[in-house]
Amino acid sequence: MPILVAFGCGLIFGAGLLISGMTDTQKVLGFLDVLGSWDPSLAFVMAGALAVTGAGYALARRGAKPMLAARHLWPDKRDIDRPLLVGAALFGIGWGLVGLCPGPALENLATGSAQVIVFVGAVLVGMLAHQLWTTSAAAPPAGEAADG
Amino acid sequence: MAAFDPASALLGGALIGLAAVLLMMLSGRIAGVSGVLGGLLTAPASDRSWRIAFIAGLIAVPLIAALFGRPLAKPVMPGWLVIVAGGLLVGFGTRYGSGCTSGHGVCGISLLSLRSIVATCVFMATAAITVAVVRHGIGG
Repeated sequence: MPILVAFGCGLIFGAGLLISGMTDTQKVLGFLDVLGSWDPSLAFVMAGALAVTGAGYALARRGAKPMLAARHLWPDKRDIDRPLLVGAALFGIGWGLVGLCPGPALENLATGSAQVIVFVGAVLVGMLAHQLWTTSAAAPPAGEAADG
Repeated sequence: MAAFDPASALLGGALIGLAAVLLMMLSGRIAGVSGVLGGLLTAPASDRSWRIAFIAGLIAVPLIAALFGRPLAKPVMPGWLVIVAGGLLVGFGTRYGSGCTSGHGVCGISLLSLRSIVATCVFMATAAITVAVVRHGIGG
C-alpha cells in the first residue's frame, strides 16, 4: 500500500510539473533569466504549491499520525549552517547551467533524451560523491540529514 | 516553449502541493525529490521501494501523456561538458544542502522553516547569477 501511495504521489507530482511547464528547461531558465524576457511561471507554480502544501501540512500536523506509517517524518533541523549555504549555492549553479532540478530531470527521462540520461547519471555521481565524502571524513560535517 | 500561462502554472503548482500533502498525510514523508532520490543511495533496503515507486510515477506521467497524443518533447540541453558539470553540482549540492526546489522550496517553506527559506533564496540567487553570466556574459 505505501508503494501504491508513493507511485500515485509521483504521478500527481509529475502531472503538476508537466501541466505547469516546469519540465521545459527553457521555461525554467526563462524564470531565472531576470535580465532577459522574464517568464514568471515558476513563481506562480511555487505560489500554487505553497498554498496547498501550507494548508495541508497544517492539517497533517494536527492529525495524530499518518494512515500508513508510525509517525510523520517532519524535518527537525533548524541550523543555518555552512553545509546548507554551500550546498544550496552549488545546487543553484548546476540548476542555472542546465535548467533541470531533480524532479523535472527524472520526469524527462521518459523522453529518452541521451542528454537527460547523462545529466541524471551525473546527479547520482554527485550524490554518491557526497555520501563517500561524509562517510570517509573522520568528523563528518553536520547537515547530512535530509530535509527533503 | 509555451507562452506564460498563469492558470496552468497555478494549477500545476497546486497538484505538486497536493502530492506533497498526500505523501505526508498517508506515509509521513516529505516530498523532496533530491531526498527521495538520494535516499536510494543511503537508506536501508526496506526503505527503498517507496522511493522507486515515487520516481516511477514521475517518469510514467509523460508516457501516459504520450498515449493521449501529447508526448513530452526532449528538453533543450546545453553541451555535454555543461550537462555533466551541472549534474554533479545538482547532485552534490542538494545532498550537502539537504534539499532542492521541492524539499526546501515547497515543503520546507510550507513549514515556515527559516532554514528552507534561506536555502531557497541562496539557490535562486546563484541560479539567476549563473544564467546572467551564461546568457549575458555579466562578469564572465
